[in-house]
Amino acid sequence: MSSPSAPHDERGNAARRSRRSDRTFLICFSVLAGSYLLLLVSTLVADLFYTSPGHLWRALQSAEIRYAIRLSLLSCTLTALLSLWVAVPIAYLMARLKFPGKGLVDALLDIPIVLPPLVIGLSLLILFQTPPGRAVERWVPVTYAVPSVILAQFMVACAFAVRTLRATFDQISPRHEQVALTLGCSRSQAFWMVILPEARRGVLTAGTLAWARALGEFGPILVFSGATRFKTEVLSTTVFLELSVGNLEAAVAVSLLMVAAAVAVLLLIRTQGLESALGRPL
Amino acid sequence: MISLERVTVGVGRFELREISFSLRSGAYGVLMGRTGSGKTTLLEAICGLRPVRAGRIRLQDQDVTDLPPAARGIGFVPQEGALFGHLTVRQHLEFALVIRRWDPERIRVRVGELAEWLGLEALLDRVPQGLSGGETQRVALGRALSFQPGILCLDEPLSALDDESRADICTVLEGVRTRTGVTVLHITHNLAEAERLADTLLRLHHGSIDIQIPPASR
Repeated sequence: MSSPSAPHDERGNAARRSRRSDRTFLICFSVLAGSYLLLLVSTLVADLFYTSPGHLWRALQSAEIRYAIRLSLLSCTLTALLSLWVAVPIAYLMARLKFPGKGLVDALLDIPIVLPPLVIGLSLLILFQTPPGRAVERWVPVTYAVPSVILAQFMVACAFAVRTLRATFDQISPRHEQVALTLGCSRSQAFWMVILPEARRGVLTAGTLAWARALGEFGPILVFSGATRFKTEVLSTTVFLELSVGNLEAAVAVSLLMVAAAVAVLLLIRTQGLESALGRPL
Repeated sequence: MISLERVTVGVGRFELREISFSLRSGAYGVLMGRTGSGKTTLLEAICGLRPVRAGRIRLQDQDVTDLPPAARGIGFVPQEGALFGHLTVRQHLEFALVIRRWDPERIRVRVGELAEWLGLEALLDRVPQGLSGGETQRVALGRALSFQPGILCLDEPLSALDDESRADICTVLEGVRTRTGVTVLHITHNLAEAERLADTLLRLHHGSIDIQIPPASR
């Protein structure tokens, strides 16, 4: 006959095994997650130690870099506004309408996200060599000029804005719009008075992400706009140009400026609690 | 008055064919039926939110089949209230009146009346987040009645409420009929609620409507 305490001991052992297994699982995941975070933080710390306030100050004094900062701020802001202008209607229509070929349109909208950046630049370059592209160039010089910087940034940034806003509009129940219609609104009044105000956080997130994405754009700008100082040089091009002439200190200093801008954008998004508008943490 | 004449309406492959019924002016009609029987689809068709495939819809003796929702004069209260997250309770009550360009003094008076009747005075400057289920439905009801519509459509407005709030809103709905004379079409699954409120009971099953007059209303 077995001891009366045997089932009790068995349950205790099973509980211990379960706790050990849970602990091992969590430790394994924490190590993997921690290693990636460590890599991220290490690169930032390495950048910080490589440079000094003197390098940063000299970088900020350079006329070329000041031009690049100005052009970056201007082009990123215009790109973000342009992206929102286009992404709001696209995302709204995609969230609300059902039509044949919607899956195809959805896939097309993601092309700038999955395409290699250099290919986007090359495609834009080729587009402006076609007869319609040349016709536009006769009126407004685009290729290797400032508009090409904005267009190259817009191609990618707009796709991210569309994705963000699509998630936002998907989350707003069509019932809200329907109630507004019964209350006397036309479709456009329902959009401007109900849907867009309810999507305001998503719109701000999309604009901020588009701005940050535009700031980091390099490949399409290099191909489509070139890297001409005092003309089409933005901060990402500055890093490349400074590296190519062996001025690593200036390249790192400019990189840190971009890191600071990116962190500021992320902080802005977090403090606004905008991840809730996306339905997921950013 | 709500009158449907051989109305066919559907969503995808689901279709309600040739539905006909009539609800006299000032009646309180309760529409019952199994889940998925098409009650909400029918209500949406009446509100103009879903196009009908055939038949005519008449409201207050006017053919509204081809009119947009805004022109039908229907107050609509959906199941979950669907309050607008960026507006205060006061702005909800003002919404339809601002759209209709009422003058500010008239809007102020109307909002005051509604707030007093529905017990919303203390909530006027609150936003929907944080309102209880009963408060949400009171605001949704006030918003729907603000512009004095001839028809009120309620899509299971009590289904998400606790017993106390349910009884409370039932009392408010009883008051709606006596106070406004509006024609009400109310969807519910709850027989007790239907017997308490309805003077005309509409049962939707197998794609057709049976009309019953509850004994209390005869």
